[in-house]
Amino acid sequence: MRTATVLTLVSLTLLAIPLVAPTYYVTLMLPFMAYGVILLGLNLLFGYTGLVSFGHALFIGIGAYTGAVLTTRFGVRQMELILPAAMLAAAVVAAPVGALCVRYVKIYFGMLTLAFGMVFYTFLLKFYKLTGGDEGMRMLRPWLLGSEWAGFSKTAYLIGPYYYFSLAVLVLATLLMWRIVRSPFGLCLKTIRENQLKAESLGVSVPLYRWYAFMISAVYAAVGGALLATPTGNVDPTLAYWTHSGNIVFMVLLGGFSSFFGPLLGAFVFIFLQDTVMSVFPYWRLIFGAVLAFIVIFAPGGLMGLFARRRPVEVSRG
Amino acid sequence: MGGVFHAAILFLVAAGLQLVFGVQKIFNLACGSFYALGAYTGISAVAFFTGHGGAPALFVIPLALGGLAAGLVGLVVERGLLRFVYDRDETFQLLLTFALVLMLEDVIRLTWGTAPASTGGLYLAYGQVRLLGAAVPVYNLIVIAASLAIALGMGFMLTRTAFGRIIRAAADNREMAEALGVDMRSVYARVFTLGTMLGTLGGALVIPATAAMSEMGIELIVEAFAVVVIGGLGSMRGAFVGALVVGILRSVAISVYPELEMLLIYLIVIAVLLWRPRGLFGAATA
Repeated sequence: MRTATVLTLVSLTLLAIPLVAPTYYVTLMLPFMAYGVILLGLNLLFGYTGLVSFGHALFIGIGAYTGAVLTTRFGVRQMELILPAAMLAAAVVAAPVGALCVRYVKIYFGMLTLAFGMVFYTFLLKFYKLTGGDEGMRMLRPWLLGSEWAGFSKTAYLIGPYYYFSLAVLVLATLLMWRIVRSPFGLCLKTIRENQLKAESLGVSVPLYRWYAFMISAVYAAVGGALLATPTGNVDPTLAYWTHSGNIVFMVLLGGFSSFFGPLLGAFVFIFLQDTVMSVFPYWRLIFGAVLAFIVIFAPGGLMGLFARRRPVEVSRG
Repeated sequence: MGGVFHAAILFLVAAGLQLVFGVQKIFNLACGSFYALGAYTGISAVAFFTGHGGAPALFVIPLALGGLAAGLVGLVVERGLLRFVYDRDETFQLLLTFALVLMLEDVIRLTWGTAPASTGGLYLAYGQVRLLGAAVPVYNLIVIAASLAIALGMGFMLTRTAFGRIIRAAADNREMAEALGVDMRSVYARVFTLGTMLGTLGGALVIPATAAMSEMGIELIVEAFAVVVIGGLGSMRGAFVGALVVGILRSVAISVYPELEMLLIYLIVIAVLLWRPRGLFGAATA
């Protein structure tokens, strides 16, 4: 099993990174793992269900602000409580939003999600007293496994306990998503993407399944958002801005939306490439825009599509 | 009146968005970036003009010319990038325009720097008049008149000229138009360039009244987006009405309850999308 070998090697590398890699690169792994969780969820919507959200950063924002509000306003510091709270908050928002959005597909779905994302962004920006406006809020260092890790400096905390905590969350999220996409439920989603009419005639309730996918991806995004907030120590409204939504779709496409691990690879390459480019040339958007244009035109299967050309990628107008 | 001025600018950008969507079925996220590009080009054109002894009172001429010239970038974009993806899923088309958003934002930063730029004190070069008890810069009236003239011109072009008929035919049924001998490549190139020019002209015209910032494009796109959703995707009349609704609502909201400013507009967008996904004028195409 080639995949199994690769996975084992990757897991061992991830476990060993804090022990061998320079601190700086370990801290770069933290946003990678957070985005990894977000993208796994986003790809359930994008790659598996065929819906492109341009407002998914809304749920990243919800996750991050849940963490910030809980740690600064309510003194809830346990990450084991913050994550379920973020998931719950995302689910509460995603239930009505998703129910409205999944009635539409393609460009209208994208526009509606964009509009909801911008509603939340404007709310974060304008309701200064609740959200701190454009300055955002602080996210205090959360406790992990019931311990404050008081003896750890900020960096030691991040590259030690927090790294392994994030890794555990990412691994759990990956295993769960693996089960989801292999389940009859996941197959139904793929059927909907490939042939909606056929799915309907087979008795699959298309809007309901789309709604489930929307809910799951929103919850994933909130978990990732909460994970993302800790290393920065601060949350601000740009987390929910529409360009952030665009960037995460970009990451999925970069890695390859038709592959299960593509989004994870996309997040990894995006973050490390961005860091490298920015260290030599501050205008990373110029380079990344060109990369995105290249992928869209020449390699719609993303990096995974370049590695493994087993499955042809279906990109033509349906 | 500030609202109407804003609406006049929004109409130009939204009309460009509508034209492109109507014919090429591409929702161009980069229309806001074109608007920003037009703004900066306009500033440079005016600076060049006044720097070479041009009369400040004539500054609208280089401003508008600069804006229109910036629109030529549309031709480059269409021929160099977009034409490769016409047969792709619209997701990929949307992402390609997002790539443009990223690139253009940094092109602007590289060319004009990150500090806000402006045309200086030319905004009030034409003085002010009192209208309905408020002092209104004459420049605003000029822009509103120009925008109205462009709206009428577009209407005339689309309904009364041969090229307009071709555009409408292409919007309606691409295959049929092609079968009847319309060269789609040239139509697409011209339509996209025209759409881009509307956006860059809008950016150039807004600039005496405000300062140009590299983020202005990504901020405007969400407003232009609201306009076309309210008006109905692909409809010119929709762009006109939508721009008025968004422009005026925004200025009313700012004076009454600032927190609600954009929130109100997005809520209307959502309401329209849910109630009439095709917008108020969605039945008509460009």
